[in-house]
Formats: sequence, C-alpha cells, structure tokens
Amino acid sequence: MVVTWRKPKPLGERAKLLEMAAVDKAFAGGTLALREMNLTVNEGDFISLLGPSGCGKSTALRLIAGLMHPTRGQIRWEGGEAEIGVVFQEPTLMPWATVEQNVYLPFRLKGQSFVQVRDDIHLALKLVGLEKFAKAYPRELSGGMKMRVSIARAMVTRPRLILMDEPFAALDEITRHKLNKDLLELKEKIASTVIFVTHSVFESVFLSDRIVVMAARPGRVSTELTVDAPYPRGEDFRTSAEYAALCRTASDALHAAMGETA
Amino acid sequence: MSLADPALAAGDTPVDADELARARARRRERVLRWLLPSVTVALMIVLWDRVVAWNEIPHYILPGPGLVAQTLVKDAPILLPALGVTLQITLMALAVAVVGGVGLAVLFSLSRWAEMCFYPFAVILQVTPVVSIAPLIFIYVDNRLAGLLLCAWIVAFFPILSNTTLGLNSTDHNLRDLYRIYGATRWQRLRYLQIPTALPYFLGGLRIAGGLSLIGAVVAEYVAGTGGIGSGLAFRILEAGYRLNIPRMFAALVLIALTGVVIFAVLSLVTHLMLHKWHESAIKREN
Repeated sequence: MVVTWRKPKPLGERAKLLEMAAVDKAFAGGTLALREMNLTVNEGDFISLLGPSGCGKSTALRLIAGLMHPTRGQIRWEGGEAEIGVVFQEPTLMPWATVEQNVYLPFRLKGQSFVQVRDDIHLALKLVGLEKFAKAYPRELSGGMKMRVSIARAMVTRPRLILMDEPFAALDEITRHKLNKDLLELKEKIASTVIFVTHSVFESVFLSDRIVVMAARPGRVSTELTVDAPYPRGEDFRTSAEYAALCRTASDALHAAMGETA
Repeated sequence: MSLADPALAAGDTPVDADELARARARRRERVLRWLLPSVTVALMIVLWDRVVAWNEIPHYILPGPGLVAQTLVKDAPILLPALGVTLQITLMALAVAVVGGVGLAVLFSLSRWAEMCFYPFAVILQVTPVVSIAPLIFIYVDNRLAGLLLCAWIVAFFPILSNTTLGLNSTDHNLRDLYRIYGATRWQRLRYLQIPTALPYFLGGLRIAGGLSLIGAVVAEYVAGTGGIGSGLAFRILEAGYRLNIPRMFAALVLIALTGVVIFAVLSLVTHLMLHKWHESAIKREN
C-alpha cells in the first residue's frame, strides 16, 4: 500500500500554517485563561505545549480547534481552510459503533459513503496496528488500543493539523512509551503537523521538535525551546546523554515558568 | 474484557480449586435462578389450595386454584375476546406513548425553549392520578376507544419522555466537541450521536411504559364502565363482581397478570437484543 501523505521539510524551511497573534481569552466568570499568546505553527512541526495545570494549554487547543473564539487577538490560517483532527485525553469513541465505524465518523459527517473511503479507513487502522480489530467494539479493546483508534480517527482524513490534548496521560507508563514511539513513526509517515498538550517533560522532549513552555495564572507563553535531535527517534534516543540534557533544560524552563507564578 | 487470544488459552495448565469452585457456583446459580421462583410459586399455589380446602372456604369468597383454572378454560369464550380488547388498547397505547414520548423528547432536545415551556405540563399529567382525569376524558371524548387510548397514553408516555430526554442530553461532551469540529449539522448530531446515546435510556423507559400502559388500559376500562363494543378484561371483572362470580374475577386477574409478565419479558428481550453487543448493562465479566 502506498502512503501518499505530505513529506516534512527541515525546521528552517517550513511554510507557515497557523499563527496566533496576541491572543487573549477571558471567561465570563472573570478568569483570564490566556494572555497575549503568540504562536507560529509551521507545516510539519511537532509542537508540545508544556505547562502546569491551569496554564491555558487546553484553552489554546480549543481556540485553535475553533471551539471557542479569542477575546482579543487573532488566529490566522495560512492558505486553505482549517483541516484538523483531534485526540482527547479520553479515547472518546462511540461505544455502539465498531472500530471501523468510529474511524469512519469524520467522513460520515462530511456526507461520504463508507464504500468510498473504506481504503482510507483500513490504511489508517493498519498504520496504528489495529487492522485486525476493524469489526471489534470499543469495549473489547484495552485502553492503549482505544487510544490508537482515536488517533486513527484523527488522521484518517489526512488533516493538515492534528491537535492532541494529553492523549496518553491516563495510560500506564509502558503503554505510554510504546504509543510515544509509534506516534513518532506515524508522524514520519503522514508528515502532518501536530500540537501536543502535555505536562510531562519527558514526553515533550521525546516527541517534539519545538517545546512551548507555558506559565499559569494567567496562562501565557513563558519560553520556547527547540529540540534539535533528528527523527526517527527510538529507544536509543530515550537513553542518550543528549536526551537527558534536553530534559534537564526543559525541566529548568518549566520550573522557571512555575516560579513566575509562585 | 478483551478479545480472545489463542496464545492465552489455558491449554494444559490445570485450573485451580478456587476457579473450579467459582465455576460450580455459577452453574448452580444458573439453575437456581429458574428453579427457586418456580418452586416458590408452585408451593404458594398448593398452600392456597390447602387453605381453601381445610377451612372449607366457599367458592364465592375465595375459589381454589383448581376452580380458577377450570373457570379459565370454561369461560375462555368470554375471557379471550376480552383479553384481545385489553391487549389491543394496551399495545396501541404503548405505540402512541413511544411515538409521543420520543417525539416530544426529540423536540425538547432540539429546542430548550420548548422543553422549558412544556415539560411542566408533562409532569402535571404524570402526577395527576388517571382515575381522576378519566371521567372528564370520557365526557369530552365521544369515541370510547379514543378515550381509553388517551387514558392509557397519559399513564404510559411519561417514563419514555423523561428517560429519552435524559438520554438525548447525556452525550459525551468530548464527542459533542468532535462533532462540532467536523462541522456536523444538528440533524447529524441527533441521528449519529444523541439517538444512539439515548437508546439504553429509552429502552429502560419502554420497559416501565409497557407495564404502565396495561395498567392505564385496565383503569380506563373501569372508569369507562359500560359494555357494548370493546368490553375488555376490566369490564369482565366488574361484571363478574356484580354477579358474585368470584372464580371468573380471579381467572380474569390471572390473565391480566400474565399479560403484564409477557409484555415485560418481550421488552426485556428487545432490550437485550439491541444492547448486548456494546452496552455495559449486557456485559458479562470473566474475572
């Protein structure tokens, strides 16, 4: 089977995909969830939003997804309409539908028939290693497998941007490591752009090429780090001195960001 | 529970005594689940028979089970058509309750304003005893069948309405966000998300409504009273009461109770068939 997704370019040569310019988000209750957030997302980036709870990282994701509107500032898409896939912290599958019907959902809502997109669905399931479970119901799957289905659903339409909101936070560490590794392989194959919300320093270093460290109350960007390690990254990267050094840097940045609030 | 993996099959590994004991307990429970209620009912019938015989209770006060069974057979030409009438009203009322209850619930879920305006009326209809509304209904509604249906419907529609409304509003909020992100129309959200979510709730309401529509039909018949066309079981009970034909009253009662049980069993079966593949209520654990 031929994978016909886009190919990523080196960090410096990537075209701009999305820009958040001085975005504020205040809730009706008076909380300022996000203050002056600036973020440029380039085609092919793997960006982690790293920060303590309450730093507005989920709010940023919801703004990008179009589920909320910014109070001030702008979110601009460069070229074309917003094509996004989303993965939440829970697998968020429909329990009454089989795995393939769940992955079919984005197409179904666009009015495409199942037969038309069957190949896309099965390719997506193959990429997450679940092609044998197409007819299974969610309750028959383990937590990690459900999350894979959720990822397959997010990428099946080949969106330009995939948003992930702490997708592996509820999984055990072994499953989480496996899924981290598989997600990177997947990202190489489909070369989509990913914004990944997490509060794990290790996860953000292992996965991303850019880490946006955020501070809380009010939520804002504190610093941005570049993880200059080549993909593909595997277990050898996780045990390398480079990885340890990067984790230390990211951890310090996170502590500095938390110090700003405390 | 996960998919059966052949590599995980126990094979030659002996099962420990604890597991064996648990398997035995499960088998025993399966048998007892049927055996115990059957034996209890049989014992009660024997006891009833003995109490009547030993105390020489006359049949116009308390007929024995044998006499009731005889009456059931002897009066079948009267009772069975009556059962047909009651059953017809019950099923029609249930059908109208499903259509009305689900229809209103969908309307409420599409428009919160409609829900705010009309939900109180539904509650008022529900909490007012049907025996007290029924005489009015038979004054205003000329058609007797329509009157009976209306009474039975008032009793039966509320559990369907309230359960389905709850179900339609119980969608997973992340799924709702996902539908929004993919630009789902209101109709798509209803069809692919809200209705499947509401199904188990609706079926729970349906099982309650099945019994209630029978009760509604019987109560309405009591109030409507007069014979002529459409004399159901309740009318036969009243009539037999006037004539002190107690065995026939019991026979009719047995028929009503049996009907209720059958309706409940059928609706339970429908629930199982519709949910067993995916819903938590139908899942059996292995450990």
